[in-house]
Amino acid sequence: MLSDWTLWLEWLIKALVVTLALLTGFAYLTWYERRALARMQARIGPNRAGPQGLLQPIADAVKLIFKEELTPGKADKIVFFWAPVITLVPSIIIAAVVPWGTAFNAFGRTITLRVADLNVGVLYIMSIASIAVYGIVLAGWSSNNKYAMLGGLRSSAQMISYELALGLSFATSIVLANSMSMMDIVGAQKNLWFVVVQPVGAIIFWIATLAEVNRAPFDMPEAEQELTAGYHSEYSGMKFALFFMAEYQKMIVVCAILATLYFGGFLGPFVDQYPLLGPVYLLIKVIVLLFVMIWVRATWPRIRYDRLMSFGWKIMLPLALAITFITALGIILQQELHNDLYYYLGIPVVSILAGLFTVVMVYRELRRKVK
Amino acid sequence: MSVFEPVVELIRGLLTSGKIIFEKPVTFQYPEQKREVRPRFRGRHVLKRYDNGLEKCIGCSLCAAACPADAIFVEASENTDEKRFSPGERYASTYEINMLRCIYCGFCEDACPTEAIVLGDNYELSFYDRRSAIYTKESLLESVPTVDMTTPRKVEPNVYKRSVPEMKDPVD
Repeated sequence: MLSDWTLWLEWLIKALVVTLALLTGFAYLTWYERRALARMQARIGPNRAGPQGLLQPIADAVKLIFKEELTPGKADKIVFFWAPVITLVPSIIIAAVVPWGTAFNAFGRTITLRVADLNVGVLYIMSIASIAVYGIVLAGWSSNNKYAMLGGLRSSAQMISYELALGLSFATSIVLANSMSMMDIVGAQKNLWFVVVQPVGAIIFWIATLAEVNRAPFDMPEAEQELTAGYHSEYSGMKFALFFMAEYQKMIVVCAILATLYFGGFLGPFVDQYPLLGPVYLLIKVIVLLFVMIWVRATWPRIRYDRLMSFGWKIMLPLALAITFITALGIILQQELHNDLYYYLGIPVVSILAGLFTVVMVYRELRRKVK
Repeated sequence: MSVFEPVVELIRGLLTSGKIIFEKPVTFQYPEQKREVRPRFRGRHVLKRYDNGLEKCIGCSLCAAACPADAIFVEASENTDEKRFSPGERYASTYEINMLRCIYCGFCEDACPTEAIVLGDNYELSFYDRRSAIYTKESLLESVPTVDMTTPRKVEPNVYKRSVPEMKDPVD
């Protein structure tokens, strides 16, 4: 079967489509973010280059490519060169397991709308997401700059802390779907999105991904006021562009994963009859989720670093553990007692109660600090 | 502080920034759309003329003396009725302001006995080199109302004897 050259061609084209979609998506996400952020601050945003400023990303790209690239004299040259690449590559290949549709028939063959349907897709995402932290740490370390070093260290500590909560909210979704394959997870949400069954899990996933992609209010690694630009202080030109690209592509991919795990992925009305609607629905969901990310950035102030760590370890991790336990218990009760009420009512209600309990505990903690 | 206040405040913040999306942006599209300056705005200097076209500046150098940044240079020459620039004996043959030194304090305006120098409302000053930052009399002087009012010009003798105009209302 592997000798079938058309299959190779199909994979190549699909991989190329995903990569190009992410690269264009990155370019237009910067435009989207700047416009949306501007409107939230009663400004207009970039509107000069092209209609509605649509050519702005191209102008930015040209500028970045032609800018001088500096390498600090005492930097570790090899690591300094490879760090942006190590950051960028995972952010692209992580998108391989995100399904954008079922399959359609064309050219006398069935073309599946996904690059790869790994049966351990979720594990793949977890492992690739963890690799990205190496690039950031290495960039911080090799720059031979204290700000960059601090940024890199903060980033690694933050990513490792929040990866636990992230992994557990992945586990919640896996337990609900009874599968690790992204296709099965989407298929299990045909009747009801997991966000309805497990709203707290979706919120935990959301918060953990904000920390994972270093977005406000968890953008400690690049806190401008404290660390100039954090781990990419010493980078300029195209190397800086690679970091920038990696960050924004990670945003897109993470939103696509969240949409897949909790918001029904490519599912939507008439997607069974017209499988090509799948990518459109996924795109709409991703755009909405990205808007929420931008909205949060425009609104919430950056959280202090010790609070960030204690929030990750003392609040997010126990809550995520409780949520996973509640979900698993609900499913066991449903199966053993043959009562769907445990699944459709028990899991959401108990997990919302757990979430409320967490809010109370956060309040008590804050009040203790005020006294 | 109620128990849910931390969460409620977060959501209130989101709603506030969400509300602003639907407001009109306050941006002025600058080069095309300019904003009116305030009445007392101090922009680029203008050398004023009388209604008859004669220059108000009499070359007294009081503005240069008042200038804390030492940005103004004035050189005076004698007026004659054949070639008259301004009323009275003298006029400014050279009047230069170094716009890189000027701090737009408006002291020159206050020092001027004839209200010749006024800080206008032009704030779009830019130069490519230091030399072109020195604005000469030609660029500072107001344009003449009509073509026949240019200076220097020939006037009837013994009319413009007073360099500083007579004060009409001394209380003002």
